[in-house]
Amino acid sequence: MTQTRSRFLTVMLTLGLAFFYIPILLLVIYSFNNSKLVPVWGGWSTRWYQELFQSEEVWEAVLLSLQIAVVNATFATLLGTLAGLAMVRFGGFRGRTLFGGMLVAPLVMPEVITGLSLLVFFISLSELIGWPSQRGFTTITIAHITFSMAFVAVTVQARLTGMGQTLEEAAADLGAKPFKVLTAITIPRLTPALISGWLLAFTLSLDDLVIASFVTGPGSTTLPILIFSRIRLGLRPDINAMATIMIIAISICVAIAAILIFRQQQAELRDQQMAFKEEG
Amino acid sequence: MAAIDAFSDTPWLDPAGQKPLVQIKGLTKSFGAFTAIDNIDLDIYQGELFCLLGGSGCGKSTLLRMLAGFETPNGGEILIDGVDMAHVPAYERPTNMMFQSYALFPHMTVEKNIAFGLQQDGVGKSEIKDRVHDILTLVELQDYKKRKPQQLSGGQRQRVALARALVKQPKLLLLDEPLAALDKKLRKQTQFELANIQEQVGVTFIVVTHDQEEAMTLSTRMAVMDAGRFKQIGTPTEIYEFPDSRFVADFIGSANIFEGRVVEDSADHILVTTEACDVFIDHGQSVKIDSRIWVGLRPEKIRIEKSEAAASGPNQISGIVDDVGYLGETSIYKVKLESGQIVDVAAPNQMRPSSNSDRITWDDKVLLSWEPSNAMLLSS
Amino acid sequence: MTDATQPSEKLPASSWMRDLARRAQENWRLIVIAIPFVWLLFFFLAPFFIVAKISLAELAIASPPFTRMMEWSNNGIVTIRIVFDNFAYIIDDPLYFDTYLNSIKISASATLLCLLLGYPIAYAIVRSGPVAKPIFLFLIILPFWTSFLLRVYAWMGLLADQGTINNLLIGLGLIDEPIRMLYTEFAVYVGIVYTYMPFMILPLYANMERLDGSLNEAAADLGARQTTTFFRITLPLTKPGIIAGSLLVFIPATGEYVVPDLLGGGNVQMIGRVLFNEFSRNSDWPVASAVAIMLLFFLVVPMMIFQYFQGKSSEVR
Repeated sequence: MTQTRSRFLTVMLTLGLAFFYIPILLLVIYSFNNSKLVPVWGGWSTRWYQELFQSEEVWEAVLLSLQIAVVNATFATLLGTLAGLAMVRFGGFRGRTLFGGMLVAPLVMPEVITGLSLLVFFISLSELIGWPSQRGFTTITIAHITFSMAFVAVTVQARLTGMGQTLEEAAADLGAKPFKVLTAITIPRLTPALISGWLLAFTLSLDDLVIASFVTGPGSTTLPILIFSRIRLGLRPDINAMATIMIIAISICVAIAAILIFRQQQAELRDQQMAFKEEG
Repeated sequence: MAAIDAFSDTPWLDPAGQKPLVQIKGLTKSFGAFTAIDNIDLDIYQGELFCLLGGSGCGKSTLLRMLAGFETPNGGEILIDGVDMAHVPAYERPTNMMFQSYALFPHMTVEKNIAFGLQQDGVGKSEIKDRVHDILTLVELQDYKKRKPQQLSGGQRQRVALARALVKQPKLLLLDEPLAALDKKLRKQTQFELANIQEQVGVTFIVVTHDQEEAMTLSTRMAVMDAGRFKQIGTPTEIYEFPDSRFVADFIGSANIFEGRVVEDSADHILVTTEACDVFIDHGQSVKIDSRIWVGLRPEKIRIEKSEAAASGPNQISGIVDDVGYLGETSIYKVKLESGQIVDVAAPNQMRPSSNSDRITWDDKVLLSWEPSNAMLLSS
Repeated sequence: MTDATQPSEKLPASSWMRDLARRAQENWRLIVIAIPFVWLLFFFLAPFFIVAKISLAELAIASPPFTRMMEWSNNGIVTIRIVFDNFAYIIDDPLYFDTYLNSIKISASATLLCLLLGYPIAYAIVRSGPVAKPIFLFLIILPFWTSFLLRVYAWMGLLADQGTINNLLIGLGLIDEPIRMLYTEFAVYVGIVYTYMPFMILPLYANMERLDGSLNEAAADLGARQTTTFFRITLPLTKPGIIAGSLLVFIPATGEYVVPDLLGGGNVQMIGRVLFNEFSRNSDWPVASAVAIMLLFFLVVPMMIFQYFQGKSSEVR
């Protein structure tokens, strides 16, 4: 684009980024505060990290949340991909409108409603058929799959529409049966969307407090539930330490992703140069 | 004469007794209220390079996609080698397509792209290897087989797409705007290459194009399409020299068109009178006397000379040069007649304009004339 | 990879396996649709009907704590009990009604704030150079990947009476007494705007990015100043992005629980918090269900608009 940013836009962007990052930065700084009272600076220290690592309760919550997140992300990607394919590639089928509605609604549905409805559903089901006999890992995972598959489906749908159908037609023209077209062309082409869908579902699950609070049972404390129960009572330096660790972990993942994307772009650039040389 | 020779090289020129490879009968396709293909019939013969020519939205691509099996007709039938294609899915048809965008699989190398179709047919590995090698040799891309499509130039991609479609030895190869993505110079060169390859492999080609020059260069026969119907089907010469409608005359090349009335109709000529002049035509077409008709004249088939004299007799008109367009090899003169109609005349520039003191220029009085065989009789 | 699968398709071990493989191949389209469809019917749609059912029941001292809708009496007659008391209670009690209004007011104002702040940010990113653009975009998306809960928590530290902002202002001598910010409506606004801003910026950015850059140049060429170009060209063309972003913020924010609970304390009533408390503290499931149904009732129109736009953008492009 030839037009540049006006000064107003630059100011807004700078302020916006400051608004986004200053709270996070302060959170990290205060995690190294020696004082027990968060806002009162008492010198540098890593004592809250030590305390955190020694807490068995925290480790259990982390482990449970990670397990749920991985199972959720895998199933949500599977179901969301099928749903995306059905919406974009199969044209009209009976119940498409209902299906599309149910697929989009979880994107904006207030969490309290989803949580409440799933809880009463699980209780009614347990009364009716005796399953689920207790709430915890399974119920939380099912609840998470239900809302995060919608996010995967949107990602897959966008990619499928962007891809167009020509390559699939070309494969069919060369004799590939519909199932073969799916496995040899569509799925490989979808890979980037599947990866980002999986990561999205993983993060959503790891992040969810409200729905998990509804559908969890005794003894199943996920990480957000643990954090929430602690910060409800006020500021706690160990939570700052936990936040810092999470932010660093995510930043590392994101940095790796960025490097991979950068390499990919470099490779594409090389391809273009190679192709350009051939023109001459 | 061709009827005796059952293996004629050019069966389409004398179809009597020949069995067409592709038979299209009463084919119709509509998308909602829009009719893309309107009840068309067409026979295409073995070894032809048949061009479907038309503007955008004329239905040419829809016809191609129905032949490939991507669209289902609403009515009529398609037979390939005598087999009804109605219930044959795209992946079982003896056709292959070269897509306008080439549709090369970006996650496969050139080699794998070409092998893909053979693998679907369960061809053995060593045979696949041989056939891929042969086809790569034909399109001169042996050195590029390990590359991904995005590492190739436009022209190379075009050849990979062609190779991928040809390697399965289809009975019919469908090409959707095969040269549209190339720049002009490469396109001209590739036109001849494509025709050569078609001759070598002997596969029947159906080419969709919007470029009339491409259609003229490539095709054995071509069909001019408009609004889901064929306007005219014939060899390039037939279409250019004997268009049978105003649409075709104007779509292929350009034509000056005069409306008139038939006043004489004898065995060897007819005479048409128009507002501008009388036209004497001696190529033996017969039209009922007194009927309303259109006469077309190609700009390059009209002689132009500076003359103060008025027109005398048929096939002559006088006028004044209204505008001159210098195109390099030719110049286009826009000549205004007394009736106000503007006639385009093209004349070769045999001398440089600067060294030609006698050149025709603005406001010159000129006399236009043409041979009796040059006028074309057009229906509406 | 294509070579490897070829023979396996042809040589299933036994006849029933071959049969199964063939059937799966024939009906795979049906399977693809059915699996997610059935899942959603079961775990998304059915639960709503149960909530609706419970909202029409009475509170009872039982487990689960509500009366049954259908009961078999001794003489074999089915009695169906439907009570609208819960809805009457919600409508009559000004607490609930005001809370609904307050939630919508806060959510709508926060949405507008997100739009006013997010629009120039999205526009600034679109107008950035080819190197800066992905970096800025990345910086906007990054907070989205970090914990929602911890982002809210970060503001607790900033806004508290003894928090960073008050400490800073007192330290600079600008104020003597700390300003009360945490546990006020102001804090709730800050929290919602902070956490939901990416949902506004991203659809706006996607929309703006798709716009043909030459449109701006054409407008400039025809003599329009930058402000005119913005109001006459860019703004009307980004309407879909504005609608999508606004709904993505407004609908979930109306039912928000975490932000009003942590930053509003007991002082800011929002319906999500009332629902959660009604349910978990008072264990009044029928009323909680009725509250949920009423909330859905308020949100059903914006949700349908959102679905309409989603459907449109995914179908034709």
